[in-house]
Amino acid sequence: MSQFFTVSVLLATLATAIRFAVPYLLAALGETIGQRSGVLNLGVDGIMLLGGFGAYYTVLETQSHLAGIGVGIAVGLFMGIVYAYVTVFLHAEQGISGIGIFLFGLGFSDLLFQELVGTPKPIKPLPTLDKLPGVGGIFEPLIDIPVVGELLFDHNLLTYFALLLVPFVTWLLMKTTFGMNVRAVGENPQAADSLGVSVAKTRFIAILIGSSLAGLAGATLSLQLAIFQHNLTNGLGFIAVALVYFGAWQPRWVLAGALLYGLVTATRIRWQSLDIIPQSASDIAAMAPAIITILALVLLASRVRGPAALTKPFSRH
Amino acid sequence: MKAKRLVKLFAVIFAIALTAAACGGGDSTATSTSECGSDLAVAKGDSVTDLSVALVAPSAKDDVAFTQSMVDSLTRLGIEPQITDGTFVVEEAAAAIRGYAEDGVNIIIAHGTQYGGSLAEIAPDFPETSFIWGTASDNQGLDNVFAYFPEADQGGYVNGVIAASLSDNIGLVGPVEAGDAVAYIEGFIKGAEANGASTSAVYTGSFSDVALATTTAQAHADNGVGVLTGTSQSAVGAVNVATANDIPWFGTQSNTEAWSSDLTVASQVYHWDVVLADMITKIESGTLGGEAMALTLENGGLVMEFNGCYDLSADAKSAAEAAIADIIAGEIATK
Repeated sequence: MSQFFTVSVLLATLATAIRFAVPYLLAALGETIGQRSGVLNLGVDGIMLLGGFGAYYTVLETQSHLAGIGVGIAVGLFMGIVYAYVTVFLHAEQGISGIGIFLFGLGFSDLLFQELVGTPKPIKPLPTLDKLPGVGGIFEPLIDIPVVGELLFDHNLLTYFALLLVPFVTWLLMKTTFGMNVRAVGENPQAADSLGVSVAKTRFIAILIGSSLAGLAGATLSLQLAIFQHNLTNGLGFIAVALVYFGAWQPRWVLAGALLYGLVTATRIRWQSLDIIPQSASDIAAMAPAIITILALVLLASRVRGPAALTKPFSRH
Repeated sequence: MKAKRLVKLFAVIFAIALTAAACGGGDSTATSTSECGSDLAVAKGDSVTDLSVALVAPSAKDDVAFTQSMVDSLTRLGIEPQITDGTFVVEEAAAAIRGYAEDGVNIIIAHGTQYGGSLAEIAPDFPETSFIWGTASDNQGLDNVFAYFPEADQGGYVNGVIAASLSDNIGLVGPVEAGDAVAYIEGFIKGAEANGASTSAVYTGSFSDVALATTTAQAHADNGVGVLTGTSQSAVGAVNVATANDIPWFGTQSNTEAWSSDLTVASQVYHWDVVLADMITKIESGTLGGEAMALTLENGGLVMEFNGCYDLSADAKSAAEAAIADIIAGEIATK
């Protein structure tokens, strides 16, 4: 155990936890906005897969990470339009529609991958700050700062974007008219409608934002890993949905949940690699992140109330 | 008609003889070295059978791992099977297996240990169809099921011997503690530790979670390992970490030079065609199953492929070849 409690190992574990948490955080923040408007999107994982493939394939073909990220977001946006049309305008049951989107994303991303790529081909990974073209030199001294340098500055730009998104989403939901409308249609769409708020439009926009972030989360995953494969997300999108409940629909607690999940995963892998967890217990250790998430949900479920109109379609008639 | 059968039988025997000549017997035939920069695509051999063949496999046919090793093996036998890949969900695989049987396909390869339960239900319904299933060391007592399994610990041991000559600190990324994955990892550990290296093995708990494999390999790299290895299709993430950190990599199942042409030192490659050719001969003579066959270094089912682009010392290569000879002679126990 003593080998774990060294500065270098602890910092490396924390850095891994942050890296691991970023795709969860992006997807969960998007889902938070959607759920606050009363729309549950179980298709997050499928949208992530499509966004992840779009980003990966774009980088494979163009070598441009920026283009890849753009395609990831665009794919998410498109899937958001589809999902919003089905759930908001056609009033389809949200759970089933979301599962449909997930299955479509799972199958179609694999089909595209098989047809367009075949054998997994690595792409160049997202550059960390010090390797950014043109400006990387500025950050090199920061990484050399003892103890915290690597922890704070040895990440790619999307990591910082995801972290900055937390206060932004909080501000968006709590301090803007749009955010107030989102919360209103998520709590009592009839009342919001009677006050002149367009429930359909508000939910539509909330879904588009959420899906775009899911697409970005998928892009982040595939570009961080520098690869794409069948079912790359491995259920990550569903964990992101669970993190919204874990975070009680509050961005800062969603961040805490994503970091906790990342930290538990990174710690158990680190402990296994240092033989702190015996090989015979590896199966139990592999379940640790999921068990902790479930325990947290069980403990929180009775104390926190979600948006009252969550999963309920709205119709004026 | 009789003459046609005779010609077919002769063709099968000829193909087996060719395979045996290419792969079997002696330490020099259990290894090969790729030419640096050469195309890794497997050349199609002359067809050994007119029977229809279908393949159902869990991962993608181009996964540079488990499924591709089977596709490559069928290509060597000149067989173009109908393929249903990506069936991690057993129910989907079961539907595909049953569908092929109903369509009258003669030989159905169920390429996944997890398909065993489904096969036990399906195979008795189609007594005229031959099912080939693996990895499994027994055929569940079914007369129309052949089973196959690789003695992956053998190649794992050899890779471990070579790895120990490169570093005394080795990281292993395993998927799930089952089947040929655990055999490979344990064989590797045994070979490396017998030659003075220390090892650390982590099982991610998933065959397909690339993110976990990546994180695990990164943890090993942070711990200062000098060599990495891993198995399953998720290992592509670990290979990326090896490449990013300039750490030599050892592959298994298929040749992983496709993932890392500079840093792959050697790969244990499954040549399923060795046992498939034998099974097809039996199927054509009317025996549809009832037996389990193993891939070994001795029968040429396991081939150690060295990367011509990697500058491996002559001593390390000699140590590997000596280990292969000792394993074949039964002087080294790899389990």
